[in-house]
Amino acid sequence: MSALLELRGVSASYGAAPVLQSIDLAVEQGAVVALLGANGAGKTTLLRAVCNMMVRTGGEIRLAGKRIDGQSTAGIVRLGVAHVPEGRGTFEELTVAENLRLGSYVRRDADGVTRDLARVLGYFPVLEQRQRQQAGTLSGGEQQMLAIARALMLRPKLLLLDEPSFGLAPMVVQKIFEILGTINRQESIGMLLVEQNARLALDLASHAFVLETGRLVMSGEASTIAGDESVRRAYLGM
Amino acid sequence: MEALLHQVMLGISNGAIYGGVALALVMIFKSTHHVNFAQGELAMFTTYVSWTLIQAGVPYWAAFALTLMFAFALAAAIQGLILQRVQHAPVLVVVIVFIGLLIFLNSMASWIFGTTIKPFPSPFAVDAWYGTAYFSPHQVGMTVVTLATLAAVYGFFRYTRLGLAMRAAAINPISSRLVGVRVDLMLALCWGFAGLLGAVAGMMAAPMFYLAPDLMSGILVYALAAALLGGIDNPWGAPIGGFIVGVAENLAGSYLVGTQIRLSVALLIIVVVLLFKPSGLFGRKSVVRV
Repeated sequence: MSALLELRGVSASYGAAPVLQSIDLAVEQGAVVALLGANGAGKTTLLRAVCNMMVRTGGEIRLAGKRIDGQSTAGIVRLGVAHVPEGRGTFEELTVAENLRLGSYVRRDADGVTRDLARVLGYFPVLEQRQRQQAGTLSGGEQQMLAIARALMLRPKLLLLDEPSFGLAPMVVQKIFEILGTINRQESIGMLLVEQNARLALDLASHAFVLETGRLVMSGEASTIAGDESVRRAYLGM
Repeated sequence: MEALLHQVMLGISNGAIYGGVALALVMIFKSTHHVNFAQGELAMFTTYVSWTLIQAGVPYWAAFALTLMFAFALAAAIQGLILQRVQHAPVLVVVIVFIGLLIFLNSMASWIFGTTIKPFPSPFAVDAWYGTAYFSPHQVGMTVVTLATLAAVYGFFRYTRLGLAMRAAAINPISSRLVGVRVDLMLALCWGFAGLLGAVAGMMAAPMFYLAPDLMSGILVYALAAALLGGIDNPWGAPIGGFIVGVAENLAGSYLVGTQIRLSVALLIIVVVLLFKPSGLFGRKSVVRV
């Protein structure tokens, strides 16, 4: 059986400057994979390359065995790839309820959407009370929760998470990662997680890749990576 | 006193037209951050199409409906085929494209339909029961038709899935793509609706001013004043701005400056709004975070 997401020899560039070079990476069904690396290593670009957003890519990208590289972003989303972008990307002028409705925009199964809304609000009860509120008035943590909730409303096969901890208080980050863990246990959603907070990411993930200036320099079990001396020094501060 | 009331009523019915075109401008501004200077000529051209249909014997309301469809398709095609190609170009390029469109549509109308002014029929009988001393049946009718169109457009954006997707595409195109919205299609549809609003305004205005290639050139300036006054990024401000501009224009034209230069009232409103309250009466202040 083929992996949920598979990248083979993927390169990416903005204009002339190459950002990623010959990336080979896989995310198995239902697995959480962490992508570590310093600022500017190309982590965000890798997520953008997967959904063909704002970046030119080369190489092969497969979702459940089928080539998706070159398809439009909206088309890739329709295949079940939900992307929680850096900076959350909530629709600030729209209400929480409208943001969630947009998450299920491509779905036609109204009953399923209603059930999923109840389930997603179960993960993030705080959003339940805020449904009529404009998304821009939420706190940073609530907006991040909304962004994840919106992505889940797609009922995705693959969830791309770009620094869900960014700019949030440690308590809030802890909570969001607990919820991500619950979601991963209860549903078979594969996750590709870009994270500065390597310790949290490696706790959640089963597998990890380390990106350095556009190339993968290390990959393995999350526990192995977490035990690696150079990773500990560079990303875990030990 | 009666003359004053008459002028106010005339201002309100004109204001409905300005508000309709203003909303078209606001819709395109909100989704692309461009002011469509060709909006008026687009409306004028589609009004000629309805005139041609009516001349060919098509019943008025059938011609009206066909014209709305034509206007929607033409406007959507202009966005999809022309403006989409310059969406990342510098703003000056886009302005030049708009001016080119304006001149092109104007010349095409003169070439195809001739420059002699033509009487345009009103669907509202001169002696209809809803006419009053202050408000002719056509003025009542056009105010109602314009307001009904505005209500339909608001309802569409507020309550439908496609309307929500179009608002989303205007607010945040990148996130919209990430939930599967086809943003380019939404922009084309948005232009379509703007074209439709313009067509309604053109068909309602033509019986009052006669049909000529310059039918909408003055109306566009009033509509621009209305859009700015209401707040160029606030769809609710557009019709309110339209009514204010309509009434102000008529009162000033009758009592202050005379009818010859009342277009300058619109220009004055534009200058005053831009100088003292660029966000308009109901617009949100644009704050740029750095």
